[in-house]
Amino acid sequence: MKYMLLIHSAATTEPAEGAEPESESFFQDWQNYDKAVKEAGIWVSGHSLADLTTATTVRVDATGDRIITDGPFAETREVLGGYYVIDVPDLDVALDWAARCPGSRNGGSVVVRPVAEFDV
Amino acid sequence: MHEPAAGAVTPAYSPVASSVEAMFREERGRLLAALVRRFGDLDLAEDVASEAIEAALTHWPVDGVPPRPGAWLMTTARRRAVDRLRRDQAYAARLALLQVEADRAGPTPPVDADGDLPDERLRLFFTCAHPALAAEDRGALILRCLAGLTTPEVARAFLVPSATMAKRIVRAKKKIREARIPFRVPDADELPQRLPGVLQVLYSIFTEGYAASSGPDLQRPDLAEESIRLARILRRLLPAEREVAGLLGLMLLVHARHDARTGPGGELVLLDGQDRGRWDRTMIEEGRGLVLVTLSGGPPGPYGVQAAIAALHDEAADVTTTDWPQIVALYDVLLVLVPSPVVALNRGVAVAMRDGPRAGLALLDELAAEPRLRGYHPYPAARADLLYRLGRFPEAAAAYRQALDLAGTEPERAHLRRRLDSLGLS
Repeated sequence: MKYMLLIHSAATTEPAEGAEPESESFFQDWQNYDKAVKEAGIWVSGHSLADLTTATTVRVDATGDRIITDGPFAETREVLGGYYVIDVPDLDVALDWAARCPGSRNGGSVVVRPVAEFDV
Repeated sequence: MHEPAAGAVTPAYSPVASSVEAMFREERGRLLAALVRRFGDLDLAEDVASEAIEAALTHWPVDGVPPRPGAWLMTTARRRAVDRLRRDQAYAARLALLQVEADRAGPTPPVDADGDLPDERLRLFFTCAHPALAAEDRGALILRCLAGLTTPEVARAFLVPSATMAKRIVRAKKKIREARIPFRVPDADELPQRLPGVLQVLYSIFTEGYAASSGPDLQRPDLAEESIRLARILRRLLPAEREVAGLLGLMLLVHARHDARTGPGGELVLLDGQDRGRWDRTMIEEGRGLVLVTLSGGPPGPYGVQAAIAALHDEAADVTTTDWPQIVALYDVLLVLVPSPVVALNRGVAVAMRDGPRAGLALLDELAAEPRLRGYHPYPAARADLLYRLGRFPEAAAAYRQALDLAGTEPERAHLRRRLDSLGLS
C-alpha cells in the first residue's frame, strides 16, 4: 500500500538571531532518513521542493483563460516543503516512518495520505 | 419454552430469541474479531457475523445448541463469506492480498480457555481505538464491534440521531479500510504508547454514561455498565497490564455509588450527602482488590491512582472521617503523572477537606487563569462551595450563577439552583 508523506515545515518566520536551521546536523538528519527509507526498500519517490517564493499558481476559468499568479505565499502557518511516497503494509508502518522523518520535528508536521488505488 | 418459531415469527421479537440474542452480545464481538482476522475486512466480517447469528437464532431453538457454539458460528459465517467472495472476484482478490500481509504480520493467539474460538478481540480493541480515527468515533466503534451494540443503540447511548451515528460509523470504517489501519496488537515496545489510548476510549464511554444521564430514556443502554463490561474483557486479554486493572477498579469504585447519586425525586446527590448504605458493596470489594493489583509491583499509573482515591472514599463511613491526608497525597502523585488543571482543582478540593476551606480556596484561586477551566462548571461550583463555607455568601452566589451558566445536564443544574436558593440571595 502506497502512502504519501507530505512534509510541512513551520512557516519560515525570521530566524532568531544566531539560529542556524540549515545547520550541519539538520542536513545529516535528512541524509540519514533518506538513506534509511531507501535501504528499507519502501521508497517509491520523493522530492524536496524549492522555496515557496518560487511558486506559481495556475487556474483556468470557465472561458478557458489562464490565470497565472505569483505564489501562493504562506497564509497558513505551515508550508509544504517536500514529500515521499512509500510502499508499506499498513498505516501503522507509514506512521512510524512519518514519526522518524526529521520534518515531523521542530514545529513541522508530516501528513500521511494513502495513495488512491483504482480497480481497473 | 423452546417452541419452534412458527414460520412467520421474526426471531428478534420472540422472547426466546431476544434472550438468546442478549447472550450473543459478547459472542458477537469474539466472532467478529475472529472473522476480521480471517478476512481482513470489517464490513464483510460484520455482515457474515450477523448472518451467522441470525442462522443460530433460527436453528438453535429447533435443533438445540451445538456442543461448540463458537465454532458453529465461525463455520457458518466463514461459509457465507466464501460464498460472497465467489460472487465478487475483484473483492476477493483485494482481500487475498490483504490476508497475505496480515499473516506476515503476526502469530496466531492461543485459544481462550473459556471458549472454542481463538480470542482475537485485542486486535479489534486497538483498531477501533486507533489514534488515526476521530476521537468521537472510537467509542462508537468499540461499542458496536466489541460490546455488540447495534448502531441505533449506540446512537441512543450517545443521544444523537441514528442517521448521524450511522454516518460516523461508516466514516470510521471507511478510514480503517482505505487508509489500511491494521488489525494488530502493538508490539511490546509500542504498547506503552498505544494502551493509554484504548483505556481513554473506555473511560470516556464510562464518563459519557454519567454526563449524558439526563433524559428518562429507559431504552438507552447504560454506558457505564457497557464500559465496565468492556474493561473486564480487556482485563482478561491483558492480565499483566496494571493500568487495565486500575481502570476497571476505578469504574467499579465510582459506579458502586451509582444508586446513591440520585435522590427520591431524581435529583443529583453529591458524595457528602449520599446514603452510603446504598453503595454496592460487592462492586467496592472487587474494585479494592483491583487497587491492590495496581499498587503492587512498581509505580502505579494514573488510573491506578484514581482508583486508589475512589477506594478511600468508598471505605469511609462519611465525609468527615474520610482519609483526606491520604487523598491529598494521592492527588500529589496524580498531578505529577497527569499535570492537568482539572487534577489540580480536585486536589484543591481535597486540601479544603484536610486543611479547611480557606486553604482550598487559595489553591483554587491560583487556577483562575487556566484556559482549560474556563468553560468547566465544576470549577466555579467548587469555588462557590468553599466561599459558602467561609460565609462569603454574595461571592458564593456569583460563583453558583457562573457554574449554572456552564452546567450541562439538568440534574446538575437543579443541584446548583438548590445551592443558590439556599443562600437566600437571589
